Amino acid sequence: MIKVEKINKSFADKHVLKDVSFSFEAGKTNLVIGASGSGKTTLIKCMVGLHTPDSGKIIFDGATFEDLVKKDKRELRQQIGMLFQGGALFDYLTVEQNIAFPLSMFTNMSEEEKKDRVNFCLNRVNLNNVNNLFPAELSGGMIKRVAIARAISMNPKYLFCDEPNSGLDPQTSIIIDNLIQEITQEYNITTVVNTHDMNSVVEIGDNIAFINKGKLAWQGNKDSIISSDSPELNDFVFASQLLKKLKQ
Amino acid sequence: MIQGLKMFGKYLSLLGNVFSRPENKKVYFRRILDEMVKLGVNSLTIVSIISLFMGAVVTIQTGLQLSNPFIPKYLIGFATRESLVLEFSPTMIALILAGKVGSSIASEIGTMRVSEQIDALEIMGINSSAFIIQPKIIASVLFFPILVVISMAIGMFGGFLAATLGGIISKAEFLQGLLYWFQPFYIFYAIVKTVFFAFAISSVSSFFGYYTAGGAIAVGKSSTKAVVYSCIVILIVNFVITQLMLS
Ligand SMILES: Nc1ncnc2c1ncn2[C@@H]1O[C@H](COP(=O)(O)OP(=O)(O)OP(=O)(O)O)[C@@H](O)[C@H]1O
Ligand SMILES: [Mg+2]
Repeated sequence: MIKVEKINKSFADKHVLKDVSFSFEAGKTNLVIGASGSGKTTLIKCMVGLHTPDSGKIIFDGATFEDLVKKDKRELRQQIGMLFQGGALFDYLTVEQNIAFPLSMFTNMSEEEKKDRVNFCLNRVNLNNVNNLFPAELSGGMIKRVAIARAISMNPKYLFCDEPNSGLDPQTSIIIDNLIQEITQEYNITTVVNTHDMNSVVEIGDNIAFINKGKLAWQGNKDSIISSDSPELNDFVFASQLLKKLKQ
Repeated sequence: MIQGLKMFGKYLSLLGNVFSRPENKKVYFRRILDEMVKLGVNSLTIVSIISLFMGAVVTIQTGLQLSNPFIPKYLIGFATRESLVLEFSPTMIALILAGKVGSSIASEIGTMRVSEQIDALEIMGINSSAFIIQPKIIASVLFFPILVVISMAIGMFGGFLAATLGGIISKAEFLQGLLYWFQPFYIFYAIVKTVFFAFAISSVSSFFGYYTAGGAIAVGKSSTKAVVYSCIVILIVNFVITQLMLS
């Protein structure tokens, strides 16, 4: 479980996150939803330590991140997997080397063991025969899958996904979403997913935080979201005229 | 001015980070070898071509200046060697490498920055600046001196060709000049210079690449800055070391 407490973050004079508090639960896909520019990426980056929040606490299963010494921070990070919006695969490494990379850095696995682990992870994301391709030779959906495979190669306790299905067709999006949910449940991972895709919300929204203009404006799950009477949330959820009419 | 000092401070603090203990020695060692090939071995062709012509031109020009019949001809070979060893090989090659290696380092690291590969390293718990930059600096510092020594040899060969094929002086005279009053200290001086140049090129270019902010256009800008600043630093370092070692 990850708790964030009263997170504030500004860039120059732009106040992006305002007193955001939320509990991200283990074994659930926790969604952060909100319009473009509402601060979702900023929140995730604060949580993984790529941005330092101006105030507030981030607590990983009882350990407050900012109180850890440098070495413990790095150790905690080895338990974090992250799927970046663009994949962020190392482009000078093959698919196999990308997934094996954290294993080579942090474990004493033999080449055999690493290969097995790589193939296991690739299997898990339903990819075969891509071991020796370079990222430039993959499609967008394949990049996301390889990035997920790399993110889970170290058996993370925490998985962060920034817009896992941006740029993918609806079918592939749902496959990726379900994949993330399955992995989350299978390994009891605390998963945080940023999205503005309503399909994802109704598919995998176990626990949802709705961010509006940098504030936590609503929280709930995929069942309660439909019946919510928060006007901002309804504007976001029922964006089209058609849906608004259906709701009424 | 204050901007410049700030930048210098940022550069120093990056260097501090770069030279911290590696997470995994084996992986680092392999990275150093890779970088040696990428930055050093792949520059052999351009270094050879430039050195060959540089040596030839130096010999022809020296030949022109020493046309006085009272000056012994073999001094042309001597002067060629001295200018190559003291200045042309180390400094010229460093400036060429600032262009070739500097821009490639900055654009490689800049691309890693804008495509979030550096963030990905950080998330994994890896000291990204040490992981990316340290092997580049070590590889450059180890390999550039080799390039410069090769450049001296090829430059002298170029001079030899120009002297004999152009009929400036005879083979024997040129070779006599090449061997005349040889001072090993000058080679040492050239290598010391090159080590500093290598450090400057690799660290300055890494700095601009690492702090790239924005998209693809920013990568281009970083790589231009890397080359310009590397060249300036080379010229300043050249002046300082020469002042310290030769005067
Ligand atoms: N590094 C930065 N420097 C300055 N401003 C930033 C930075 N990162 C984000 N911002 C600003 O913070 C605000 C929130 O950005 P953020 O990327 O968190 O939005 P988002 O909810 O992830 O949007 P999207 O759905 O489009 O990805 C934006 O207005 C953006 O301009
Ligand atoms: Mg975003």
